[in-house]
Amino acid sequence: MTRTPLRPLARILSARKKGENPDKIERENLRLRHEATRDKSRARAEGRLLFLGVAFFASFALIGARMGLLAASEPEEAHVRASGSPILAQRADITDRNGRVLATNLQTFALYAQPKDMVDPARVARELAAIFPDMKSEDLLRRLTDGRSFMWLRRVISPEQMQQVHDIGDPGLLFGPREMRLYPNGMLAAHVLGGASFGAEGVQSAEVIGTAGIEKALDARLRDPGQAGTPLKLSLDLTIQATVEEVLATGMQMMTAKGAAAILMDVHTGEIISLASLPTFDPNNRPNDAITGDPGDSPLFNRAVQGVYELGSTFKIFAVAQALELGLVNPSTMLDVTPPLRMGRFNINEFEGKNYGPLLSVADIIKKSSNIGTGKIALLIGGVRQKAFLTALGLLDLSPVEVVEARTGKPLIPKRWPDIVTITAAYGQGISSSPMNLAAAYATIANGGTKVVPTLLHSDTPQQGPRVMSAATARAAVDMLRLVVTDGTASLGDVPGYFVAGKTGTADKPKRGGGYYEDKVINTFASVFPANDPAYVLLVTLDEPVETSGEEPRRTAGWTSVPVAAEIIRRTAPLLGLRPQLEVIPSDGLTAVSN
Amino acid sequence: MRPVIYITIFVTVMALAFWAYRENYATQRALREVTDLQQKIASLSEALSVQHAEWAYLNRPDRLRDLAALNYDRLGLLPLEPEQFGQVDQTAYPPSQLPVDMPLVLETVDVSGTQGAQP
Repeated sequence: MTRTPLRPLARILSARKKGENPDKIERENLRLRHEATRDKSRARAEGRLLFLGVAFFASFALIGARMGLLAASEPEEAHVRASGSPILAQRADITDRNGRVLATNLQTFALYAQPKDMVDPARVARELAAIFPDMKSEDLLRRLTDGRSFMWLRRVISPEQMQQVHDIGDPGLLFGPREMRLYPNGMLAAHVLGGASFGAEGVQSAEVIGTAGIEKALDARLRDPGQAGTPLKLSLDLTIQATVEEVLATGMQMMTAKGAAAILMDVHTGEIISLASLPTFDPNNRPNDAITGDPGDSPLFNRAVQGVYELGSTFKIFAVAQALELGLVNPSTMLDVTPPLRMGRFNINEFEGKNYGPLLSVADIIKKSSNIGTGKIALLIGGVRQKAFLTALGLLDLSPVEVVEARTGKPLIPKRWPDIVTITAAYGQGISSSPMNLAAAYATIANGGTKVVPTLLHSDTPQQGPRVMSAATARAAVDMLRLVVTDGTASLGDVPGYFVAGKTGTADKPKRGGGYYEDKVINTFASVFPANDPAYVLLVTLDEPVETSGEEPRRTAGWTSVPVAAEIIRRTAPLLGLRPQLEVIPSDGLTAVSN
Repeated sequence: MRPVIYITIFVTVMALAFWAYRENYATQRALREVTDLQQKIASLSEALSVQHAEWAYLNRPDRLRDLAALNYDRLGLLPLEPEQFGQVDQTAYPPSQLPVDMPLVLETVDVSGTQGAQP
């Protein structure tokens, strides 16, 4: 840049020549120079201001635009999860002990309508009624046109129905995804599984909640998202369950019984291998609870855990086992059983007025099922000890088994326990318990005297329960039960090779108003097999059975429940992997030598 | 010296910006891929559960029992019964795989143990 001199020589000289003041020129030039400097710095300041203004405007505009964008956009969930394993928001499957599916989930759709978006409600109502026969066209049209903005049409529809609804092509008909609970085996093990239905429902999903059985009892476990991937493994065996239900249904039909129940239980682990109650139902389409009539006649009624019955003579073994345990008697002790046994104003007699007297050994009392003999043994024990023993066996409490119905099967026990109750309780009258409790008590005897708690969950380890009776007592009790089958009341129950031991029980059904029916009985057979090394307990109960092959109808357990139980054992024992123990074939001397 | 520093910084910033730009798009691509895969997994596991359900439905004991009864002529299937258990010494030895009259070949040496098997 060329700097203009303040006192340019040419102008100074010419000014001096004209006699002017040369300082004026200098001041003039100084002023010009100042002005130039000022203009330059102003321009720079303006430039800076402009830049700052633009920068601020741009940044505020950016922030404003971003805020506007955020405010205007739809809220959306972050679509990427950090972890690899996705949480399954569905109910866990239920499988049997071998992993075969008992309950699983299936993806289906629910159908709902938004009538405000509907083009032609009349046509939609007509076509929907054609697809779903239970819908009425007029009702639908009225509900679609009464001004509501949302309505459910179907909770679950099949793929074919969905396609048909699609083909209606109305924008007001919409589908929401649903997880549906499916029981692929239909009626099999229905009373164990119970059923499930929808809880809180939304358009995008609905929660599936258990309504009965193990689905309700273990609802929290089945819904736990952390365990949704691991199926709940039950102790049931699908094949054996199917066999038991088949044989039991046939037996129930042959004995023209109203209902039946069977429990097959592993005595070491307490696992219930099979639990059947007939009549049964389909958990995929669970009927509604019966409002009228006896709830006990509903197919939903689980006779094995809810059916609180007087179980009759099956109780006799408990009195005898306790007397053995206390050292009051031994199996060959002779007792006077001449009828009747008088107790206050009551006379105790034998079944059908029989007389087993005058003397009968304890083993024969069980074998012949003598009421008087058992009553006398119970009197030796006394009511307090008897009640404590029955409590220790779990007969007087709710069954701990994992179905929700077990909570309603409370045993009926007398409030006071006078001697007459002691006698009748000893042969299973005046005291009611569920078949499940009875099976568990027999399992306790069969397991060598340590308490067995029944469970529906798979477990491989034998239970180490508290000891209720000594192993010797338990052994002696099982031997006596074996005598009942070999030469007593349950002779039809012998299955070659499986050494069945057990006790029959025939109890008259109580009337609603008090007293007992003449010709309505509940027959129970509680059995243990094989007797030489007890592994399983099978309990079969028939409600109002009658066996009519003879001249007179027979209603004792020995003629009804026992053959059914024998057939169940014959069919299921091989499936349980039990080898029949026939006479031992002496092994060939040549093959026994190893080379 | 100063221009060198400026240029270096500028170049570094541009390089980093380029790297960030590429990483951004790579990440978005990976996320899309993950989403796709998760959707695929979900649909496959749904299909699997349907297959499981169908398998269980087709193998339900009622149906198998009916099928066994229908095809009794061909299959001859009956329920398992205690009589079907046997002793090990009641079963026959399986027929020998080797032909009995096979000549003993002595000159082969690549089969080890042939000669040692003589009693």
